[in-house]
Amino acid sequence: MHAIVALTVLGLFLGFLLGMAAKRFKVESDPIVDEIDAMLPGTNCGQCGFPGCPAAAQAIASGEASVTVCPPGGKSLAESLAAKLGVSFDASAMDDGPAKLARVDESLCIGCVKCFRECPTDAIVGAPKQIHVVMQQACTGCGKCVDVCPTMCIEMFVPPLSLPEWRWPKPQNEVVAKAA
Amino acid sequence: MRLFRFKGGVHPEEHKVTTELPIMQMPMPERLYLPLQQHIGAAAEAVVMVGERVLKGQLLARANGPVSAPVHAPTSGVITAIDEFTAPHPSGLPVKSIILEADGKDEWGENIIPIDPFKLSAEEIAQKVGDAGIVGMGGAAFPAAVKLNLGSKHRIHTLIINGGECEPYLTCDDRLMQERPGPIIDGVRLMLKALQCERAFIAVENNKPAAQRALREACTTVPEIQVVGVPTRYPMGSEKQMIQTLTGLEVPAGGLGADIGVIVHNVATAYAVQQALRHGRPLISRIVTVSGGAIKTPANIEVPLGTLAEELVKFCGGLCETPKRQLLGGPMMGTALPHLDVPIVKGSNGVLALSEAEMHLQPTPQPCIRCGRCVEVCPVGLLPLEMAARARNGKVEDALDYGLMDCIACGTCSYVCPASIPLTQYFNFAKGELARKRTEQQKSDRTRELAKSRQARLEREAQEKKEAAARRKAERDAKKRAEQEAKEKEAAS
Repeated sequence: MHAIVALTVLGLFLGFLLGMAAKRFKVESDPIVDEIDAMLPGTNCGQCGFPGCPAAAQAIASGEASVTVCPPGGKSLAESLAAKLGVSFDASAMDDGPAKLARVDESLCIGCVKCFRECPTDAIVGAPKQIHVVMQQACTGCGKCVDVCPTMCIEMFVPPLSLPEWRWPKPQNEVVAKAA
Repeated sequence: MRLFRFKGGVHPEEHKVTTELPIMQMPMPERLYLPLQQHIGAAAEAVVMVGERVLKGQLLARANGPVSAPVHAPTSGVITAIDEFTAPHPSGLPVKSIILEADGKDEWGENIIPIDPFKLSAEEIAQKVGDAGIVGMGGAAFPAAVKLNLGSKHRIHTLIINGGECEPYLTCDDRLMQERPGPIIDGVRLMLKALQCERAFIAVENNKPAAQRALREACTTVPEIQVVGVPTRYPMGSEKQMIQTLTGLEVPAGGLGADIGVIVHNVATAYAVQQALRHGRPLISRIVTVSGGAIKTPANIEVPLGTLAEELVKFCGGLCETPKRQLLGGPMMGTALPHLDVPIVKGSNGVLALSEAEMHLQPTPQPCIRCGRCVEVCPVGLLPLEMAARARNGKVEDALDYGLMDCIACGTCSYVCPASIPLTQYFNFAKGELARKRTEQQKSDRTRELAKSRQARLEREAQEKKEAAARRKAERDAKKRAEQEAKEKEAAS
């Protein structure tokens, strides 16, 4: 009888302890992957070479991929990722050229709707047998539409710099301290 | 009246050689180039067509949103194009402009019946000022109506009319005050009414005694307006520094003058307000100082907006030597122009062509010797040397912690730097860098949202497809059952 009671009490007590420990010392799967995933554009455009943003997040978190891997995210994303992971990166190595956007050549478009099915941000408007148009504000320049177009009427172009986007350049004559 | 002092400041050589020269009228040029964006805020929207004949004062482009300003025709003529044209901007990039070919008749549009503007309500005054396309004429070109409307949201106890004109060379406000003090006082009274404010100071630097005298004589019968002489010290004409000098109050960081009950308008804006309300004339011309060592005969000229700076220089006898630098605005804060083929816009107060002798061409920048002179003269009380060092190393966020956004870009630090470090340009660069980051962030947020909504759309479509298929299947089954039943019935009968 004593044995049964003792073992029951012990079992209950240890079970309770285990239950508490499971709650208290819970280990998240890997919170950093989720956090990085939330920072990525989420368009699954595949420009990084990984199958979608969650896979890229996994790779960035494990250090397989560099923080500069995401072209649509650009320098600002790379900077915030580097800050999050506490790593440094070579900003000058990033293609800092102006972002490219897609453009439909209206004389060649046959209205096949293939491109706008592919567009990860729904930036292309159109309907079957109607000329399609890329909404430049929504285009991320991933280039997925270029590959599927049967008439090759989509091209990536560098939009001309407009006045509101113009920024003061860094002074050219850098101050150089000469070694004595 | 007791005056206060703002920290720092400098007194650059004045070069105000045009103080004694009366305002001349610019003959109407053949073509006017009117940018749709001459102000801070959204660009105006053209309401005329190419080929249309327009009359002087006619609306060419309407304001687009609450912070915007319309554009009017400075003379009668035909619209020949609405196209990109070089903007009066350091980048030299084009901006959408209306190109108006003058027909020489200078024919006014609809006859405006003069009304007594003092019978209008505060909102109506602000409305009319907005409709006349009036913006801050001191250079910032912020829509004036927006500032006049602040009276309903904030309690404004003081209106300051800025006649500081602290930039070297420029005398356009000086001449305006000397020659047309009556209309200015009238305009100030209208602004007081719009702001529901009881007292106005017209602050004029002490290097303009003639302007002070003229204004004092014009407002002897107006007790609510007081002309105040303020010390000649750059950047006196900066809004925050002027408020501090006259009231001793400091505008909080990131705040507006209205937050502490003070509004500042330029004298030329007061004049434009009077012209709009008394005579129904929209803002279609302004007074511009053309000066600098490379100009043959410097002058103050009343210019129709849209005139090319090149033609202004020609009107002043052309150049007597190749200028080392051409500027729109003053030498401290004006914009350096790649060439003079740019139009005069609402905020252009000067066209300067500086000779090499005047430029004091700086040798190449040397390392900072930490002498602290920039800190001494900064009117905002920042540490320019620390901010520049961070901007140079691309650490713009750190520069932000040193108060980058409070920098008024007055150029005083660059002016005194013995190592000729282009401090102000470093700050402009850093501010641009921050703006770029902000827009990139916005773009990536938008992309994320678009991707999410696309995902939702795809799911919804799949769901709908599934439902439609189920519905079709149910219909098919029902049909089959009905056929079966009919067959059974047939068989039974």
